[in-house]
Amino acid sequence: MAKVLMKGNEAMALAAIKGGCDAFFGYPITPQNEIPEYLSYHMEENNRIFVQAESEVAAINMVYGAAGSGARVLTSSSSPGIALKQEGISYIVGSELPCVIINVMRGGPGLGGIQPSQGDYNQITRGGGNGDYHLIAFAPETLQETVDVVKESFDLADYYRNPVMIAVDGLIGQMMEPVDMDKEIPQKDLPAKTWAATGESGKRGSRNKIVSLHLDPYDLEKHNLKLKEKYDKMVENEQRYEMISIEDAEVVIVAYGSMARIARSAVKALREEGVKVGIIRPITIWPFPEKAFENLPESVHTLLTLEMSLGQMHQDVKIVNQGRYNLAFYGRAGGVVPETDEIIEQVRKYVGGNK
Amino acid sequence: MKTQTVYKPTDGLVKRDLSYCPGCTHGVIHKLVGEVLEEKGLLDTGVGVASVGCSVMSYEFFNCDMQQAAHGRAPAVATGIKRVRPESTVFTYQGDGDLASIGMAEIVHAAHRGENITVIFVNNAIYGMTGGQMAPTTLIDQKTSTSPRGRKQKDAGLPLRMSELLATVPGATYLERVSVHDPKHIRKAKKALEKAFEVQTQKQGFSMIEFVSTCPVNWGMTPQDSLEWAVDNLIPYYPLGVYKDATKGDDNG
Ligand SMILES: Cc1ncc(C[n+]2csc(CCOP(=O)(O)OP(=O)(O)O)c2C)c(N)n1
Ligand code: SF4
Ligand SMILES: [Mg+2]
Repeated sequence: MAKVLMKGNEAMALAAIKGGCDAFFGYPITPQNEIPEYLSYHMEENNRIFVQAESEVAAINMVYGAAGSGARVLTSSSSPGIALKQEGISYIVGSELPCVIINVMRGGPGLGGIQPSQGDYNQITRGGGNGDYHLIAFAPETLQETVDVVKESFDLADYYRNPVMIAVDGLIGQMMEPVDMDKEIPQKDLPAKTWAATGESGKRGSRNKIVSLHLDPYDLEKHNLKLKEKYDKMVENEQRYEMISIEDAEVVIVAYGSMARIARSAVKALREEGVKVGIIRPITIWPFPEKAFENLPESVHTLLTLEMSLGQMHQDVKIVNQGRYNLAFYGRAGGVVPETDEIIEQVRKYVGGNK
Repeated sequence: MKTQTVYKPTDGLVKRDLSYCPGCTHGVIHKLVGEVLEEKGLLDTGVGVASVGCSVMSYEFFNCDMQQAAHGRAPAVATGIKRVRPESTVFTYQGDGDLASIGMAEIVHAAHRGENITVIFVNNAIYGMTGGQMAPTTLIDQKTSTSPRGRKQKDAGLPLRMSELLATVPGATYLERVSVHDPKHIRKAKKALEKAFEVQTQKQGFSMIEFVSTCPVNWGMTPQDSLEWAVDNLIPYYPLGVYKDATKGDDNG
């Protein structure tokens, strides 16, 4: 199909419609405003639901209600707004409901700033809500990849009956890039949502309940173990990553999203000089792509984590690679986007291997 | 001799024990809601939203589809359901801590948007479930576990009147405050509930019935004394009656 030039946020919004999104609930926040703005116009046109809620707290609870009654639901926000959604996300996971959440990350903590950041890594992968829970979290690099995972996320959420988050930084939300909106994406065979509280107990002949309360501790433990089985399945089946120029690398950068894009330019320049450097690019940040580190070539001596935050993903790199490799880190924070030259300089520090 | 059924338990409630303390009017209110849902044929399309409070388990009691909401968020959850299932009959069942404190934004904005849902608001002037702490609705000088010397205006302000407050919200359609302290008032309360659900089935927008309710356990009174205390103290501050009726279209903008 033909590519069209689109702005990141608008492309994500259109991708949601193409992914079969029935309803959107959200609250304005920079740098994601083009998503609700686009949907406020186009959802109605497609006979779907758009509601601007009174807060992120209300928005995520509307998502919970709509998902509980069987709809495919989207909400989008940016970092401080996602913070407010954590209570609802925990309820949605606890009640085993599907939904898709877009997080166009900005700098924090607190009100922070509005420039691109990756500072929500811990919030996303560790869960800011209460209890043992996880969500599948994509951190795509290009607009094409972003659009594809937004579309696919609705199926994945339904398949696992669990929220899926797409975490991009403000750069991806705001940039324009050519994108094929109709690229084929993997589709899942999904069972009917016989569990949903649709207001059809008459037709169904039984009533459905959507609940996360389990007062008996043994019952709640059983529920947690059932959820854990799902998470294990996600860890087994949903780790996604890309390996770039790894074959003979001595230094391997670990970077995702816009940071990976910048790393790519740095690697290209360094390779032209003959420097042996590659990239592991996590596409999912939860589950973290442990598998990518399993069979690295003998030549690797240093893993250099790069982030637009101060060492959040680096903790995961350390957990996976305890006792092997020199584990180095470089990051910028607050919305400062590193320059390619800055990255090149960082890599040079480790070339040769004895540092 | 011909037998005639003069009373039977409502099919609107699941046949099981309720979780409420003996003599608590939550039980009476449940029965009324169940009867109205049954008699109006709304169980088959019903989706109830349980809130957080003593009625948290109400998803086990109302005999229709149910969803359990986080503390205060029931009107937002109900909004999500009703928007994607406009043919269903959506109601919330909320206490005064849930609706008038932590859930203030959600209730005001559901009314403000004119969501076509029915809210059952159980005002017992206290946080029942957590052991009797002060609520925004607790009366002046009323003793609770967090106002041990009685609520004082200088620290905690004056009790909030939610029906009156929501009557100022242009989007609300029907608001009535009722009581269940004697059979006459119980019958009246049932009529109010019928009206509220009619508002919804006729797609006329947001309706709320506020019940003056009791909490014998945390008020430290017998059930009978609680009813009397409610009549003597709560009803004078929370007068019964219709606070808004825009069903004729006079105030519906
Ligand atoms: C976010 C959150 N905060 C606090 C609580 C604890 N909590 C449970 S019930 C309740 C008060 C309920 O009081 P009310 O709504 O008046 O209902 P009642 O029990 O009186 O019927 C509180 C504060 C909670 N479950 N969740
Ligand atoms: S604690 Fe109070 S409100 Fe709760 S069930 Fe008991 S009497 Fe009723
Ligand atoms: Mg109460």
